[in-house]
Amino acid sequence: MNDATHAANATGLKVVGQRPIRPDGADKVTGRAVFGADVHLPGMLIGRVKRSPHAHARILRIDTSAARALPGVKAVVTSDDFPRVGSEALEQGEGSATLVDVADNCLARGKVLYAGHAVAAVAAVSSEIAERALDLITVEYEVLPHVIDVEAAMAPDAPLLNERLFTAGVTPRPTTPSNIAQKTVVARGDVAKGFAAAEVVHEGRYVTVPVHQGYIEPHACVAWAGADGQHQIWCSSQGHFAVRAMCAKVLGLELRDIRVYPAEIGGGFGGKTTVYLEPVALALSRQCGRPVRMVMSREEVFLASGPTSGGVVEVRLGAMKDGTIVAAEVTLKFQAGAFPGSPVGAGSMAALACYAIEHAVVTGYDVVCNRPKVAAYRAPGAPIAAFGVESAIDELAVILGMDPIDLRIRNAVKPGMKAVYGASFREIAFVETLQAIQAHPQYRAPLGPNQGRGVAAGFWFNIGGESSAAVHVDEDGGATVITSNPDIGGSRASMAMMAAETLGLPIERVRATIADTTAIGFSALTGGSRVTFATGMAVVQAAQRVVQDLKRRAALTWECEADQVEWRDGAAYCTDASKEVAPLSLRDLASRSARTGGPISAEVSLNAQGAGPGFGVHVCDVEVDPETGRTTVLRYTAAQDVGRAIHPAYVEGQLQGGVAQGIGWALNEEYVYDAKGVLQNPGFLDYRMPVASDLPMIDTILIESAPNPRHPYGAKGVGEVPIVPPLAAVANAVQRATGVRMRALPISPPRLLAALDGEG
Amino acid sequence: MSRVRIEAVVNGEPVEFLGGTRQSLLDALRDELQLTGTKEGCGTGDCGACSVIVDGRLVCSCLMLAPEADGRTVETIEGLAKNGVMHPLQQQFLEQAALQCGFCTPGFLVAAKALLDRNPDPTESEVRYWLAGNLCRCTGYDKIVRAVMDAAAQMRAAGGAR
Amino acid sequence: MSEQDYVEPATVGAAVAALAAARGSTRLLAGGTDVLVQLRSGRVRPDLIVNLRRIPELAGVRSEDGAFVIGAATPCAVLGEHAALARAWPGVIEAATLIGSKQVQGRASLGGNLCNGSPAADSVPALIAAGAVALIDGPAGRRECPIEAVPAGPGRTTLAPAEILVAIRLPARPVRSGDAYLRLIPRTEMDIAVVGAAVNLTVDAAGVVTAARVALGAVAPTALRVDAAGAALVGSTLDAAAIERMQAAVRAACRPIDDKRGTIAYRTQVAGVLAGRAARIAHQRATQGGQA
Repeated sequence: MNDATHAANATGLKVVGQRPIRPDGADKVTGRAVFGADVHLPGMLIGRVKRSPHAHARILRIDTSAARALPGVKAVVTSDDFPRVGSEALEQGEGSATLVDVADNCLARGKVLYAGHAVAAVAAVSSEIAERALDLITVEYEVLPHVIDVEAAMAPDAPLLNERLFTAGVTPRPTTPSNIAQKTVVARGDVAKGFAAAEVVHEGRYVTVPVHQGYIEPHACVAWAGADGQHQIWCSSQGHFAVRAMCAKVLGLELRDIRVYPAEIGGGFGGKTTVYLEPVALALSRQCGRPVRMVMSREEVFLASGPTSGGVVEVRLGAMKDGTIVAAEVTLKFQAGAFPGSPVGAGSMAALACYAIEHAVVTGYDVVCNRPKVAAYRAPGAPIAAFGVESAIDELAVILGMDPIDLRIRNAVKPGMKAVYGASFREIAFVETLQAIQAHPQYRAPLGPNQGRGVAAGFWFNIGGESSAAVHVDEDGGATVITSNPDIGGSRASMAMMAAETLGLPIERVRATIADTTAIGFSALTGGSRVTFATGMAVVQAAQRVVQDLKRRAALTWECEADQVEWRDGAAYCTDASKEVAPLSLRDLASRSARTGGPISAEVSLNAQGAGPGFGVHVCDVEVDPETGRTTVLRYTAAQDVGRAIHPAYVEGQLQGGVAQGIGWALNEEYVYDAKGVLQNPGFLDYRMPVASDLPMIDTILIESAPNPRHPYGAKGVGEVPIVPPLAAVANAVQRATGVRMRALPISPPRLLAALDGEG
Repeated sequence: MSRVRIEAVVNGEPVEFLGGTRQSLLDALRDELQLTGTKEGCGTGDCGACSVIVDGRLVCSCLMLAPEADGRTVETIEGLAKNGVMHPLQQQFLEQAALQCGFCTPGFLVAAKALLDRNPDPTESEVRYWLAGNLCRCTGYDKIVRAVMDAAAQMRAAGGAR
Repeated sequence: MSEQDYVEPATVGAAVAALAAARGSTRLLAGGTDVLVQLRSGRVRPDLIVNLRRIPELAGVRSEDGAFVIGAATPCAVLGEHAALARAWPGVIEAATLIGSKQVQGRASLGGNLCNGSPAADSVPALIAAGAVALIDGPAGRRECPIEAVPAGPGRTTLAPAEILVAIRLPARPVRSGDAYLRLIPRTEMDIAVVGAAVNLTVDAAGVVTAARVALGAVAPTALRVDAAGAALVGSTLDAAAIERMQAAVRAACRPIDDKRGTIAYRTQVAGVLAGRAARIAHQRATQGGQA
């Protein structure tokens, strides 16, 4: 329920839309902020994980006796220390997994499914002893043939990861097991009819390889079991309520017996919406009663945490000569990794969402293979699908001789239209976002030899969901906002700002904290671009309740009716002129709260509906060295339909960060496997993310012409859209610079040079 | 691994601690001196999150052994603000939203301080190339570069005294 | 009483003696930017680490009759700040200051870069092209050898047990000389060279090349000196035909591998490209008054 008076196009906002310093900022620039690996407890042990060297193998025997006997080792666990669990679906924000898969991923049961899969863990008094203990654990494997490539995994004779996996979404239900976990179809209209009418048809096959979210902070937690069965966990995660639930379910415990404290999180991008270490650390701690710290090394992050899928995207577009796209057929084949749950479903829905194509079908395949199980990565599935679709649209623009933005404007979805995936678009500004790029000076900047300009668009749904927030007023008239969403990108600033705006306080009088699982109501994960929308909504509603309470207290003080009190600029005003009373500030009312009913605070829990989808349009200028195949990004501008930017600097930051990830994905990032299925580049040396000298300034345009009326200040989610367009924006720019169309990522120098020389 | 006695000056204060002969300076700072502001992002010198300044030289503390700190001065993020007053770099990072998750921020601030100590008037390109050893995944570097250049301008205007 | 596993000797002689007397495996430690990575991965597990930081002879740069003698453990950042060295040997200095990041350069040394034995080490091709000489001390006394004689293969050197590289001498420079080093990396910084090429030239007053040395990195088990490539440039003014002859000689000399950083075909082709570009830069530096 929203207060319609805070309409999305309200003017006169005092705090929202400004750029104050974030309330938690000083801790982050002084080193005082506590991240997962910074938590230190008395008697704390160090936990380490033993991992499979094989991509696919049966576990015949694990012998931990020598490890247990090593002095200094206090606990050793394997999957024998986890109960058997069922296959209920788990809340993972934009990830998807079942309980048994999450548990088996934490500690392998029966089989290892990727090189790096955890098979045992120890806790010891030092990391040195823990490492020695790992060496003393002997595991007997029966090595099995493995498969990594998605189409190889789909082949009927591919090595099977799970003999009890049958493709869902196919009728009749198959009787032969397969690595294809699921087939999905999103369709409307009649594609045969659409293609029959098309005057131009373009087909392309586009391929991406697995990439990692690349957060700089490795996974880290401390777990401390209580002798009375009440346990504590400190961890860096994107959702400590989800961590609580997953740990409880994996270990067969009750939710109320696990208290999870959110440490600061050093980047997540979806990759920290599941658990790897926490249930293991808690199991170790339960064995010995001491706190156990577990931190992944960077190698382990690459080997064993969830990257995103690699995929094959086959696109067929049918259009008229005037550029109207009348039919589209897309097939997505995504790697899920060791367990089902790739983002092919979301990718299928997002693939054509930008365009009003009457006849369309998107078929998706979720395919398991011997790699780590994928986790969400910023608009999961959409960047891969968009790479294919936006490249294909660009190829169509070339065929038709049309400006690539004009082609998109011709086909763009507008308010009132229905998306290919079914939802109705209401307040969207995709056309305005396209036009903003067309009007930007970069679009007209002169290009020199070997330089080219690429354009691409992107879409993400953004979600709402369950959030809780509390607003407490202090006796001296300041306020604190309490939420339970870990702050990845500066959301505490936005929460404080929205509360300050609603209360009529200057931002300096409002603090924002993130509470543990016992201190605030439930919140779903930080992800899905939902926090400013859904948790913000809860914050505003809680602040509005406080305002109502303050008005009631003023009325009590003035002995007038409640509807004769107005709240303005942080103070109560009596509208009954006969009363002749001075306004009562928040400080005045707070100082006498005991006399007017007690402490002033409110907590709201809600399930936010009506999140606004986001559209982005990017333009990228590159220069290619034709003798080496090296690509330099010269200029980049990202425009996005953001609704309203609560704190514009942090919104700009989301765009810039997503762009940088997308550029890395397009040019240099990839998982490199050897013939045995072992990852060859589990480190930042050879997993090449952009560095500061690789990038230019990234210009941003925030389109606020279509605020979301279902959010008190008009906000739409912004964090995920920015990573969707860059893959194709870069590839399209390379094509314009060289005449060569790269349909496979990454566009690394050896591959581009080979293509330029006509060998690729 | 044996442990040896190490005497160093850390953030202007003389300290004495035991460090392992195979322990990194990073681990010693975090585990022996409880200075957890310096972070491990990779442990192999590829991300710069562990940046500190040793005898005036910017280094990765994950690539030094603890005993190598003996007889040396070490500056970490905890020493950047003096007597509770933030360094212009810290202030600019906050004002320009040059951090999101904040994990890489200590490393960037230490590296940027080392740059401005040497070159008070860097160009954008010089800032980017100097900071190439510090990975950030959240910001795309844009606001970080602006914050460093604005801090440099602020420090030049104030006479560079620090 | 446990045996010492870490020492910091004060002289070269003491360091040599510590190595010679060690019962188990040893590792020398200068900047540590390779050793610590290897310790962490378990690739090396030395019983004794000998840290060279207290030995004055190994740190710093001195001039000797126009030659530069560079202490083998001197951090590359220090070399980058040495104005005379940078004027005389811009190619060597740009190679040394391309290694890793500013943080890495604060510690990494030419000695470590050479003795770590990576075929892709950035400073080695430039040192070879420069005609640098390795000054070595050991149980059998002092000796010298050309830089290119030190690497033996990936991760290996020709140093005898208990020998230490003490310094690297860059010869006195004839007038009108210039050198350059270029490498191909996918990003702009932070990568191991996929290919490296160094060229060192001397020209006469008319700009004709009178001496040329060309060396390559990352295209063979060790850095390569390509005599035929240098010969192709001598007597020319770096016209297109001479450059092409040089590039052909460069490509013919390459024996790279396919790995996660590059393919055989790519390395070979780009080696020629980079050598041509480096030659042009070196020639420009030489003709614009490269000096001793």
